[in-house]
Amino acid sequence: MTHTLLVYDGSFDGFLCAVFMVYEQKMNAPSIQKQQDFHQQLFATTETVITETHKAQRVWEGIRSKTSRAELRTLFRSFLSEIKGIENTLLYYIQTVLRPKHTITGIDYSHTHTLRMHQIAKMVSREKHRMEAFVRFQRTKDGIYAATITPDFNVLPLIIGHFKDRYADQKWMIYDLKRDYGIYYDLDTVSTITIPDFTQIMPSSYATQETDFQKLWSTYYQHVNISERKNKRLHMQHIPKRYWKYLTEKKIL
Amino acid sequence: MASLLHPLPMSFDRIKEKLAILADAAKYDVSCSSSGNKRSNTGKGIGNTTAMGICHSYTEDGRCVSLLKILLTNHCIYDCAYCVTRKSNDIQRAAFKVEEVVRLTINFYRRNYIEGLFLSSGIFKNADYTMERLIAVAKKLRLEENFNGYIHLKSIPGASDELMREAGLYADRLSVNIEIPTVSGLQLLAPDKKHEDFIKPMRKVHQEIVQYKSERKLIKSTPKYAPAGQSTQMIIGATGESDRDILYSASYYYKKFGMRRVYYSGYIPITTDHRLPAIGSEVPILRENRLYQTDWLLRFYGFSVQEIFNASHLNLDLDIDPKLGWALRNMHEFPIDINSADKRMLARVPGIGMQSVHKIIQARKFRRLDWSHLKAIGIALNRAQYFIICNSKDFYKQDLTPITIKNRILQKANSKYAKHFNQQLSLFT
Repeated sequence: MTHTLLVYDGSFDGFLCAVFMVYEQKMNAPSIQKQQDFHQQLFATTETVITETHKAQRVWEGIRSKTSRAELRTLFRSFLSEIKGIENTLLYYIQTVLRPKHTITGIDYSHTHTLRMHQIAKMVSREKHRMEAFVRFQRTKDGIYAATITPDFNVLPLIIGHFKDRYADQKWMIYDLKRDYGIYYDLDTVSTITIPDFTQIMPSSYATQETDFQKLWSTYYQHVNISERKNKRLHMQHIPKRYWKYLTEKKIL
Repeated sequence: MASLLHPLPMSFDRIKEKLAILADAAKYDVSCSSSGNKRSNTGKGIGNTTAMGICHSYTEDGRCVSLLKILLTNHCIYDCAYCVTRKSNDIQRAAFKVEEVVRLTINFYRRNYIEGLFLSSGIFKNADYTMERLIAVAKKLRLEENFNGYIHLKSIPGASDELMREAGLYADRLSVNIEIPTVSGLQLLAPDKKHEDFIKPMRKVHQEIVQYKSERKLIKSTPKYAPAGQSTQMIIGATGESDRDILYSASYYYKKFGMRRVYYSGYIPITTDHRLPAIGSEVPILRENRLYQTDWLLRFYGFSVQEIFNASHLNLDLDIDPKLGWALRNMHEFPIDINSADKRMLARVPGIGMQSVHKIIQARKFRRLDWSHLKAIGIALNRAQYFIICNSKDFYKQDLTPITIKNRILQKANSKYAKHFNQQLSLFT
């Protein structure tokens, strides 16, 4: 029997529709792949998944009735990792959960796929937390606090709630340069935006006192350090170099 | 955005000078916690606090930067030998105005640099006058700026009960640093301060927390009083205390005053005073680390301080962690069976943390666990293997002596602290 390859559009709904197809056509051990990662394979039958909300909804409801809220969150978070092959891990997990005899009794950390899903979700959660910590807003002339990020995983959907609750009285925008989209809060709601040539537009439009405050922050950062306790290894462990580009205090002003 | 439209232009250069001096003076306070309280943003104001806390940056010494931690002023009427701000020390002095601290806090907060403010102060005029100023900053932030971020205020030793009562209504956390773990040490290094002056505000705050909590149970609208509790700090290695003295003292503060945290701060030589370690002496970072590990054992792993120390064991081992040290002295408790042991005993196995305890308990509902499961879950088997059995026929025979186990573990370990204890290790090999 040939191997079946399901190609979907990369969205979460698309992935759930692929799962729908697996059940509908009683497929045996297929693989699921994003359109953008797709390579034609020898000896495999390729099928394209059509994303339909109502099918995605049915799969989601099915999983929801068989597991806890925390587990649902873990599933979604690990999907946002965009790690190659995550779809197959999640498919195995979903198949385990949807078995008739499965009941919510605990989490099977001794099962390879369940454990992997949890480990990846943890990585995504860490990246989410880092973005909540390392985003540095710069105030623009029109009073918008803007920041750019290039996170390892697609965490923008996960940080909306945090920033919306915290900065309720200022307009803000966080732009993911890697995935070329951002989130913008207009004092009322948060919406998803795409701005062409984002990096070229921004530097010319910062408010006058912006660099003054950045300098104050850098001064503070330098003076809170205790040089007798220098511990470069621990420092790097907490802020790996790939995050330095966001950090005002790590730039020379 | 009221603070940005302030009529007076801010002199950034002058502020920068003050910030440098007053951040420098505040940095020896270890606490930078912004956790332990969930305060939501009300009425579309600015800020909230999250239960987890956030470290927005880390200094080169590897410490978390979560709060704008500054002194209101480093003018001080006291002359405590261990303190950089002491009256007799020849340093630059500065003072912030209330308004300046408020503007700095708000502007840093809006740029996502910080979780909030940690404001302490040298003592000028007297305790109450100083405490009043600290409260004024917190009050302005909360009432005028509608700021819901984190505020940590220092309780000034000797401040009146009325002021401590008011402080807790605006601050998330209050702290008094006991600094010197024993009364005799305090007499030696800070002769003008009385032990009772430190305890008094601590006791008052504790009483208020307890009282407000019980009132809240009856009347929901009772305001929150210092919802992130109290903390304190002890300097390690300035006077000759043993680890046992320090941790007995810490558990006293945990129990007696409901402390959320006791911080341990390795003494950094800053003075030529003959009563203290000389300038250039090494900061006892490893010792500090072992004290924190033990603190965690007391607070999260169900250990009591009496189990860790006894008459012949006054100090923690530097070369191994305190849980391993305890296990090696209590070999009769092991091995335990991973598939049947209760939570309390699982947590006592060296190399198994609370996260792993949780995972083991969940996973063993599905099948009996063997070495490969434990490895995948993330247990440090290099230590744990000597103390457990699981669903497998091979496990370590119990004829190994504690000293053999210790040496085997140390030989395989690649500790970042190796340079501190290589010489001790060679005695056994």
